[in-house]
Amino acid sequence: MAIKDLPDTECVMPGSAACPGCPATIALRTTFKALGKNTIMVVPACCTSVIEGLHPNTSFDVPVMNIAFEAAAAGASGVKAALKQQGKDDITVLAWAGDGGTYDIGIQALSGALERQTDFIYICYNNQIYSNTGIQRSGATPYGAWTTTTVGGKTEFRKEMGEIIQAHHIPYAAQACVSYPEDLYNKVKKAKSIKGPKYIEIIAPCPPGWRFGMEKTVEMGTLAVETGAWALYEYENDVVTFNGKSKLLLEKKIEPKPIEDWIKLQGRFRHLFKPKRDVKRLKEIQEHTDMVWERYRKHHL
Amino acid sequence: MKKYDVVTTISYPKKGAMGKTGSWRVFKPILDKEKCVKCLRCWIYCPEGTIIRNKDDTIDIDYEYCKGCGICANVCKVKAITMERETTKK
Amino acid sequence: MRQCMQGKSHYHGKGDNEKMTVMIDTGNYIAAKAATMAHPDVVAAYPITPQTTLVEGIANYVKSGEFKGEYICVESEHSAMSACIGASATGVRTFTGTSSHGLLLMHEMLHWAALARLPIVMCNINRVVGPGWNIWTDENDSISQRDTGWLQFYCSSNQEIFDTIIQSFKLAENGKVSLPVMINYNAFILSHTSMPVDIPEQKEIDDFLPKYKPKWKLDVENPITFGNIILPAEYEKVRKDMQNSQENAKKLIPEIAKEWKKKFGRYHGDLIEKYNCDGAEYILLSMGAIGAESRVAINNLRKDGFKIGLARVRTFRPFPKEEILKLGKQGNLIVIDRNISVGSEGAVFSEVKAALYGKSDAKVYGFIAGLGGKDVTYNDIETICKKAVSGKAKDCEWYGLEGV
Repeated sequence: MAIKDLPDTECVMPGSAACPGCPATIALRTTFKALGKNTIMVVPACCTSVIEGLHPNTSFDVPVMNIAFEAAAAGASGVKAALKQQGKDDITVLAWAGDGGTYDIGIQALSGALERQTDFIYICYNNQIYSNTGIQRSGATPYGAWTTTTVGGKTEFRKEMGEIIQAHHIPYAAQACVSYPEDLYNKVKKAKSIKGPKYIEIIAPCPPGWRFGMEKTVEMGTLAVETGAWALYEYENDVVTFNGKSKLLLEKKIEPKPIEDWIKLQGRFRHLFKPKRDVKRLKEIQEHTDMVWERYRKHHL
Repeated sequence: MKKYDVVTTISYPKKGAMGKTGSWRVFKPILDKEKCVKCLRCWIYCPEGTIIRNKDDTIDIDYEYCKGCGICANVCKVKAITMERETTKK
Repeated sequence: MRQCMQGKSHYHGKGDNEKMTVMIDTGNYIAAKAATMAHPDVVAAYPITPQTTLVEGIANYVKSGEFKGEYICVESEHSAMSACIGASATGVRTFTGTSSHGLLLMHEMLHWAALARLPIVMCNINRVVGPGWNIWTDENDSISQRDTGWLQFYCSSNQEIFDTIIQSFKLAENGKVSLPVMINYNAFILSHTSMPVDIPEQKEIDDFLPKYKPKWKLDVENPITFGNIILPAEYEKVRKDMQNSQENAKKLIPEIAKEWKKKFGRYHGDLIEKYNCDGAEYILLSMGAIGAESRVAINNLRKDGFKIGLARVRTFRPFPKEEILKLGKQGNLIVIDRNISVGSEGAVFSEVKAALYGKSDAKVYGFIAGLGGKDVTYNDIETICKKAVSGKAKDCEWYGLEGV
């Protein structure tokens, strides 16, 4: 699968309210190339609910139901049940939520929908903050990151949502990145072909949230994978398979770039470098990253 | 497109739902067609969908809606796209 | 007891339908039967005492095959209403039930469902709100939801529960209404007490309640975005239209009730249910089980020479302003609230006075009774009425705690 093999399908039209350089819309465009228009979206409060634009217009060319922040997966359960009753089971139900609506306020509804084996795809586009409300910390925010509510840097490491999802033993789950569109496309396509609950999480570097130039969104995603800050993998039938660069990292066939290479380019970590190097915290971040990968190796090699 | 006869928040698809977002630009992508190798990285990575993919895989830019983020120039491996500051004269 | 007997209806009301089955069962199981007979496509619910047997009743119908929809055991009441919203938005008939804390947990989504104009029908078993934990009955749970835009009925018998559920689907789904409906009935007194109920034949119900035709829906053939950002002036129009729809409901509720009476021979009032009001100088207003109990009290008071009648408030939203004004023209009003808006007074008391303001000389006496599930017998009601009639009642009296 090469980029030029990706279909022309567009379900998000130009002229939306997204910030320039927004990773959510990059992710949406690729996702919809895999899903097509026979899809109904359920979107909780998140950046996407603003990106849609102002009533009476919308930038989306598929049916979208906006719903309350914590309710994406529950709303999706209802939509799917209704479609089944209407004999329209072929329509894909896509719950599309940010990390806030997935890791934190929405985790209950998500867990419930997965446990009930709801036949839908849940995609979390993760920009590691509550972005829509102005860059507050979430359960996905990495250790040491500035946010408006962790002004000196977050004091806890982020949740490993992937592992929580795996504990639900659903048919398919994956981690992807906006910077690897063929990989994301394949994962969404695969999810579409499977019955039952599917979960895909896409790391989405956010220029205003992470504080980097808006032209560098794709670069930040690539670096996240190359430093090990984010792993690309698939979980299917209780087996986790790493993909691409992440596979090479897992197997130690290549060395990860130092996590600092990723961190130093983002203003949200600036306080770890200026006015002076925060040796302790930078060490902790690298050690934690290494530990997470050792855990991956222990379980998945 | 069928309009529903009910008073609640129902919105209908429209290109340019937020207007002509090309007006947001500070920098504008300029394409050098000679250099373009038709890899389509700019097309897939454009957040706005304003890189138009032609049938022969060449590209054009929709300046009405392009927000000038610069990702296309950033991901182009042959530097076929450069960002130029918009002038105040239109 | 879930006995079904073929035969003529033999209790109060004008039923004379040979084809009716009689079911002797609790309010919850009767509600489950009614809900199932309305053919909802999706039921999403979460158990809470004393609603549990309602959802269990439907689960039994899932097993028997009588319930042909999707039955989703969600993981919270907030998710229950969210799932109902998702289903209703996709264009199918939905039903759920809850009580007390469950109702409060879905509060955000009650607003959502009403603003989305989704005709979801829900039973709420009126149960006391904690802390401390209290499973007996009062109305604070549903009364505190009166601003959400949901229509609200308060039932006083299991037969009324059955009839009102079917009527509510018809009401909610009417294009001039398009609002969700909450059917309230008292914890244990109705939910867990068996009464005989006439059950019409399925085809008669189908005749009364046709297939649901949504006013809008999520449809891949006609993609729309529901619920994105709306500017102030447009939002106000939505609110006004909801208000207009509740006004429309004021006309439709009596129409539907009359249609039901004609077809099935039962009538429980429409917006209010009047009892023994001819020549009354005082009229008692109460809701729910107290409304039923009040009939006994009125009979006794009449025997003692009091010229007093009963107007049971059946519909609280839309609030029957015009009916209340008519009552005020007839006599003074005595209101028993099984709820309290802390810091103010009982909700029915406030709204009755507001309905009369500037238009009536009628005196209105307010009483709080039965909070926390405290029993309110016909003796209590008689005592309350006598106090009101004596002219010695204070502005708003708490029966059993002070004053009376």
